[in-house]
Amino acid sequence: MNILEVKNLTKKFGGLMATRDVSMNVEKNSITAVIGPNGAGKTTFFNMITAVYRPTSGDILLNGKSLVGLKPHQVCHFGISRTFQNIRLFNEQTVIENVLVGMHQRLKGHWIGTLLHFPEVTREEEAAKVEAYKILQYVGLEEFVNESAGNLPYGAQRRLEIGRAIAAKPKILLLDEPAAGMNPKETRQLTDLIHDMRHRLDVTIILIEHDMKLVMKISDYLYVLDHGELIAEGKPDEIRNNQRVIEAYLGKEATQRG
Amino acid sequence: MIKNAFHKFADSTKAQIIFFAAYVLITAFGLFLLSDSVIAFLVLLLSILILYYLKLNVRIKWALGLLIIAVLVPFAASQGSSYQSFMDVGTLVLIYVAMALGLNIVVGFAGLLDLGFIAFFAVGAYTYGIFGSTQANKFMPFGHFPVPGDAFWLFIPIGAIIAAVFGILLGIPVLRVRGDYLAIVTLGFGEIIRIVFNNMDHPINITNGSMGIPSIEPPSFFGIPIGQPSQFYYIALVIFMLAIYVATRLEHSKLGRAWKAVRDNEIAAQASGIPLVKTKLAAFAIGASFSGMMGSVFAAKQMYIDASSFTYLESTIVLVMVILGGMGSIPGVILGAAVVIILNNQVLTSLSTWLTQLSASGVVSVPDALSPAKMQRFIFGILLVVFALYRTKGLIPYKNKKVDAAHLKAEAAVKTSQYEEHPEAEGTH
Repeated sequence: MNILEVKNLTKKFGGLMATRDVSMNVEKNSITAVIGPNGAGKTTFFNMITAVYRPTSGDILLNGKSLVGLKPHQVCHFGISRTFQNIRLFNEQTVIENVLVGMHQRLKGHWIGTLLHFPEVTREEEAAKVEAYKILQYVGLEEFVNESAGNLPYGAQRRLEIGRAIAAKPKILLLDEPAAGMNPKETRQLTDLIHDMRHRLDVTIILIEHDMKLVMKISDYLYVLDHGELIAEGKPDEIRNNQRVIEAYLGKEATQRG
Repeated sequence: MIKNAFHKFADSTKAQIIFFAAYVLITAFGLFLLSDSVIAFLVLLLSILILYYLKLNVRIKWALGLLIIAVLVPFAASQGSSYQSFMDVGTLVLIYVAMALGLNIVVGFAGLLDLGFIAFFAVGAYTYGIFGSTQANKFMPFGHFPVPGDAFWLFIPIGAIIAAVFGILLGIPVLRVRGDYLAIVTLGFGEIIRIVFNNMDHPINITNGSMGIPSIEPPSFFGIPIGQPSQFYYIALVIFMLAIYVATRLEHSKLGRAWKAVRDNEIAAQASGIPLVKTKLAAFAIGASFSGMMGSVFAAKQMYIDASSFTYLESTIVLVMVILGGMGSIPGVILGAAVVIILNNQVLTSLSTWLTQLSASGVVSVPDALSPAKMQRFIFGILLVVFALYRTKGLIPYKNKKVDAAHLKAEAAVKTSQYEEHPEAEGTH
């Protein structure tokens, strides 16, 4: 069953076509990768799904319901969470507070209840902290619980972004270059984490990634973008040998000479 | 050795309490005897700051602090002829602390630079000013004004609500812009409010224009009229306590986290499900309501208001309090506001008087233009530059609240959830 359907998505920035007529079908509980050279329109594509940009034309359907025209926070309420290519944490807040912010839309307490010491708000807040701590244990950051997020080492910041995103209990998790800047060991841990999340959290994962080893290892299905257009799609093995993909990555001349 | 002794002192609750009690009693007694001494008054107030740094139970600290400002300070100051002027400064400090706490929500928590914050204070002041005097008769076809002094208490929440409504009215158009642009627009808003109040005497006379609103009814408490600064001090104290309560409760709540998330990274905050506009408007409305409440108190205390009390300089002063104290830091903002007001109204004026006396007796001659009381902007300017260079996070920098990790770990071990074990524990797939 397709959880996410993208239909002929186009985004123009003035005269520049950032994406043109991109269509995708993402199966529930799958791991789907979006790959392509720099500037291919991958992040623009993510930004349209999460309503940071409004598509010029085309449609995005989550379980058959259109997401176009929603506000970014509403997309999160519908069940899509994401991480960012250039890490965007709440640097001045502690690690656990970052995760608690991720749980924002699931917490029902109103601030008036906070002021009046309503017992259910206090209970909810306590339970939320315990759950946030469990999430930190899950992504392996419990030792940093009271640290400011901005002071974390790079790899830990990437994991905290994932922790914050899954705190919203999303149906779909968008990971924008989760392995960028990580060393081989960290990348291996990340691969395990992504695999584990799919089963344990029952989440559909879409990721943008340049690390081909990682992509080929974990994805069920790949989409390849180049200059804003979808040039190929298929299972990892099909993509590996696709002539157009090789050309896009290496350049036409290089492939001809080789 | 000194360091060692200090550590011993810091570890012993008993030693701290004895030291603190001795300090408070001696300084209170000092003020009691030297009743008109500004220095004795300041030294006694310093005890609040010392209290903040003692390692005691938080509830004990609050109780002691309240005891000092509600009972000890008024009592110790009550002997001399300066009693009312001390209490007047005390009231002003409390008024400005509450405003600074409100602005701290907007600027410190939510990261929205507001340069026209005094407008909400003006709204609160005019709300009581208009209905607490005969002014309302000039445009209201029904009802008889001024409202009786007993109705003043109603105007504290009314001032809060009207200021909050103005906060939202400002917020809706303004929140489309960010950063520097937001600062400029709020500055404009502050000026517009002042100028409108200054000119709303025609075609319908609502604010009496630049003549201001005179003879505002003093409040009364079950028939007892309240007119002395020493009485307003307690009204301001209650609202001040309320402001501290609201600010501290919200700071680490869901809403407080949302504010800081919006401040730290707007895009990530939205992606985490935080509605941007609603969250920012809440900051504007709640921050403004603190000012609105104190505005009503201000109007009742002054018994006369006009638009010249709400100039851009006043907005800057409140902002200076927040920056000087430490953005986002509640104890810092309280200290910042106290320092600015006391410096302005006690230290500089006392220095000026002293210098005038010296010049009169012919010891030195200081031209009137150089009197410290006239240099407040210069002094605040210097202070800001010094802080920007050497203490960018303010007098008491913001500290993150730490959770009890051991407690959470124990709780997490008991409670089962879907995040059972660390993925590494089960090996690679």
